[in-house]
Amino acid sequence: MSLASLRANLRVIGALGARSVRQTFRRPQLMAPILVFPTLLLAIQTGGAGSAVDLPEFPEVNGFLDFMLAGAMIQSTLLAGNSGGIAFAVDIEMGFTDRLFAAPISRFAIVLGRLAGTFVLGIVAAVWFLAIGLIFGATVEGGVGGALLVIVLVGLSAVAFGGLGSAIALRAGKASVVQGLFPLVFVILFLSSAFFPANLMLEPASSVAEYNPLSFIVEGVRDVIVFSLSLEGLAEALGAIALIGAFSVGLTAVALRHRLRTGG
Amino acid sequence: MPAIEAKSLERTFSDDVVAVAGVDLEVNEGQIYAFLGPNGAGKTTTVRMLTTLLRPTGGEARVAGFDVVAQAAEVRRAIGVALQEAALDPLMTGRELLRLQATLHGIPRAEGRRRADELLHRVGLTRAADRRVGTYSGGMRRRLDLASALVHEPIVLFLDEPTTGLDPVSRKAIWEEVQKLNAEGTTVFLTTQYLEEADQLADNVGIISEGLIVAEGTPRQLKGEVGLPHLEVRIAEDEHALAQEVVARFGRPLPAKDGAVLVELARGASEVATVVRALDDAGLCVESLDLVEPTLDDVFVAKTGQHLEGGEPATGETEAIPAP
Repeated sequence: MSLASLRANLRVIGALGARSVRQTFRRPQLMAPILVFPTLLLAIQTGGAGSAVDLPEFPEVNGFLDFMLAGAMIQSTLLAGNSGGIAFAVDIEMGFTDRLFAAPISRFAIVLGRLAGTFVLGIVAAVWFLAIGLIFGATVEGGVGGALLVIVLVGLSAVAFGGLGSAIALRAGKASVVQGLFPLVFVILFLSSAFFPANLMLEPASSVAEYNPLSFIVEGVRDVIVFSLSLEGLAEALGAIALIGAFSVGLTAVALRHRLRTGG
Repeated sequence: MPAIEAKSLERTFSDDVVAVAGVDLEVNEGQIYAFLGPNGAGKTTTVRMLTTLLRPTGGEARVAGFDVVAQAAEVRRAIGVALQEAALDPLMTGRELLRLQATLHGIPRAEGRRRADELLHRVGLTRAADRRVGTYSGGMRRRLDLASALVHEPIVLFLDEPTTGLDPVSRKAIWEEVQKLNAEGTTVFLTTQYLEEADQLADNVGIISEGLIVAEGTPRQLKGEVGLPHLEVRIAEDEHALAQEVVARFGRPLPAKDGAVLVELARGASEVATVVRALDDAGLCVESLDLVEPTLDDVFVAKTGQHLEGGEPATGETEAIPAP
């Protein structure tokens, strides 16, 4: 790919990403799952289950809110990925993607444009929950650098999960199918250490949570908030993001090829 | 070099549904070509293949001199596409959509903004430019869709049913714009299920039925193929026999219909005055007189046995117009 072509594709990705963000902010049903639901769940769990920190073997934390922030952020990114998938499927249903496919651009740039938007939404979610946390007394042990790292990790997670949403949207072509996966997000979340330490869960949930890639991402983000920067935790989080990202990119490429070949 | 050329173009879907069964067509530069057919005839599938949105399963096609499979990117640079049902994002404003379209075609930012403003003015949407598309009427959406297809000044413009569902005023506005674009040198390929649209706009018409082109030519040629104009003379019942005798001198009599005496006029409209004079000389009192020209629907009926609009089997009414 020539430099000029790369620059042109980056411009398209930027424009489509900006459209994707605008689209989310203009459609409340896409925005609500990203900020409103995780915030409500965070408030309910922090208020109702705050004494969990007193359980034996619960990690040493300043407060339950500090512990919960990482889970809320990752829940938000999962839902951002799902919302991105729904929006992509709506584009397919109304023929908007045909407009994009008929343009002289790399077709994968269309998917990357959607994911660029999801990355921005991930960053918005991270900043939102960091702000909520700081307002209500949480601390980020990693400091400003740690907070920036959290933002990047959450943004990248959103891209990885967004890839899955895009792949499903491209394959199914129906918003209702992507929307139907919404409950699955909660199953995956509750079978991770997002809201509760894996070591305190009952079997088999405990084992599932231990190997759930989501737990590695949550723990990587949580380490920075609760304990300060841990290279091991960061590496595991980045590894899990890369694994999910590679899987979702592969799936998206296959789904895109199928759609372009068969027209549906 | 033809602007669009297809040879034995085919598309079969995975469930063995043959949507296009071997289309051959040629559209010269600067022409308006209307692809006429009922729903499900294969019009949209053909357009999707010509615009590189769908790979053919057989045959070949070239648009603006480029192969739609091997040189798809070049084809996309040369064409403008306004697809069926105006695929517009209701959450975007008209201006945002045109600017995005300019970016997709690699037009520099400042130039893209200028083109967007110019096109909004051209299609009469300047005042609505910053409103969300969701608030636009059907006609405004179609005009915006047309403008978006023109951002990069395409050589060939594909319009898939550009006026379906529009009121007569909006339809006329689109027709005028299409004619204007064509006068500026753009080749236009449009699909339609409206006879009048093809008749009004097209230099050449291709009629497609069940995935195959069943007739092709200028509207005049096609109509000429299915028969001559006929005259319907409404006259009192007891004078029918005499009237039939008089009109038979001017052409082949056709079976009477709805109380009218029918005759095919070998020399067309120029003979009407002579027929009227002859009826008058015979002392007959004519109640009304209609000259009925063959329509593209008649062509469609002759070729497929079905009416184009409504898709009903041909019966009674059209028996007067013989198949070639």
